[in-house]
This record gives sequence, structure tokens and C-alpha cells, in this order.
Amino acid sequence: MDIEEKVNTIVAEKLGVDRAEVTPDAVFIDDLGADSLDLVELIMAMEEEFGFEIADEEAKKLRTVGDVINFIKARA
Amino acid sequence: MQSISQAALITGAARGIGRTIALALARPGLRIYINDVIPEDAARETVREVEAKGAPAAYLPFNVADPQEVEQAFGVIIKESGRLDVLVNNAGITRDQLLVRMKEEDWDQVLAVNLKGAFNCLKAAAKPMIKQRSGRIVNISSVVGLMGNAGQINYVASKAGLVGLTKSAARELASRNITVNAVAPGFIETAMTENLPEKTREAMLAQIPLNRFGKPEEVAQAVAFLVSDRAAYITGQVMHVNGGMLMA
Repeated sequence: MDIEEKVNTIVAEKLGVDRAEVTPDAVFIDDLGADSLDLVELIMAMEEEFGFEIADEEAKKLRTVGDVINFIKARA
Repeated sequence: MQSISQAALITGAARGIGRTIALALARPGLRIYINDVIPEDAARETVREVEAKGAPAAYLPFNVADPQEVEQAFGVIIKESGRLDVLVNNAGITRDQLLVRMKEEDWDQVLAVNLKGAFNCLKAAAKPMIKQRSGRIVNISSVVGLMGNAGQINYVASKAGLVGLTKSAARELASRNITVNAVAPGFIETAMTENLPEKTREAMLAQIPLNRFGKPEEVAQAVAFLVSDRAAYITGQVMHVNGGMLMA
């Protein structure tokens, strides 16, 4: 699985949404029905999956699925 | 090695109410982490007594006021047990003094251990509990946190602060099936209270409708209830265990 697929799978699983809804432009809070604690969980799951820490200041900027994918690609 | 299904951390559990809570929660399958900074032999004695009741136990010395030590300790818990189900924020100290004589360090030390210490542990516990979608947190407040008490503004402020902390955390974590409550003991017979002057004790007794001081076990039973399945629908509450001294 590449990074994009991994991220999409985690997002769908954590937020309990259909895999088809998880597009790069999807905004976690507005489009995928996430609440602020969901975002915290999502970040924790990404940290676990990819094995590095995401600082709170950086995490705050990650609003869409695409934001997360790009961020992880840049770090990995 | 005994198989465990759940894990609990009790801060300040070497002696007094904390030790009694550890003993009340002890049961096979629940690994109990006994935290305290001093005295070590008392903490180890608590570990032995908990183990005698069939619960695996471990001594985890760290200063709750130090966020780094707290983080390390929680790392150990998660590594060993893979989860944390129960947190009891019991660690507390007193530096009693009249307001006008109270030194800044008396204020700072008491707030650092009693209030910031609870915050540090709460924050560290929230992550695994959110992930698990379950958790039970109990903060040990005090009747004086709701009534006020001359000569203890630092202690009273910290114990009142724990009530606000409890209610806010309860709201924040409720959606993840984590309950957060406080227990507010009244006058309980422990090392912390046995050194009070006889006159003070008599004056306190006069304010207690049940006309006696409480036992640590009576506080521990309230905590045991709040962390049990029977209390699943109770969150953000302050349970008073005070012989009727305050009816709130």
C-alpha cells in the first residue's frame, strides 16, 4: 500500500465513513463529519502507522485528507 | 506472568486514602500501578498488600507535578499493559499557613502537586482512553474545596480547582465513553489529619452530623463504585463522603 492508500484507509476506518467519500479535497470537519476529538485520534493513528510524531502546531494545519497525505509524503 | 485484562493507576498511593483505594480496587485481572514519590517502603508495602488480594501490582515512582516524568511513567504503563482503564488522581500535599503568612512557594508547591499533577496525569491518560473508547477517571477533591477553610487557601484552591477540572474533562471526554468524577472526602482519619490540634478536631466533629470522622475505606468504596460498571451513567459529578458535614 502506498502512503495515499494507507491514509485513506485510516481516515475511512477512524471516521466511520465510506471509502468513496475520502477524497483529497474532503475537509475532515465539514465533509466527513469529524469532531475535534476525531482529529486528535486521526493524528494519533497516523503517528502510529508512519512511526513519527506530528507536533500539535503542525496537526492544526491539516484540514483535508490531501493535507495529511502531502504532509506525510514530505516527512516520510 | 498473570494475564491481565485491565490496568489502573493510583497516584499518591503509598499511604492513607490512596493506599486504601488501591486495596479496594484490587482484584485478579486488574494490574494496579502504585505511584508515590515517598516513602518508598510504604509504597512497596502497598504493592505487596494489593498483590496479596490477587491483583498484579507495580510501584511506579514519579513526581506528578513534572510533565516529563508523567509522560515517561505512562509510557511504561502502555508498554507493559497496552492500555489504561482507571486513573485515580489522589496525590496531594498540604502546606498550611494563614493567608498573610503564606509564602509563594507554599502556594506554588501545593498547586503544582494537587492541581497541575492531576492535569498532567489526566492529559496523559486521555490518549489511550480515547483510543480504547473507555475509561474511568476519579479526582480526589475535598470538602474544603467546596466550603473553604481558614489557613488552607492553597490546598482549598487546588481542591476547588479539581472540581472544575473534573467537570470540563467530563464534558470533553464523554463522547468517548470516558467518565470523569470527583470524590470529596470530609474529615478522614489519616496521617494527614492526625496531627491536628485536639481543639481543631473537636470543632470539626461538632460540624459533622454523623458525629465521627470518616475511615479511608469509606472514601475508597465511593471510588470503587465510580470506576465500576454500575456507575456507567455518572459523569462530571462530585460525590461527597463527609458524614453530612456539607450537603451540596
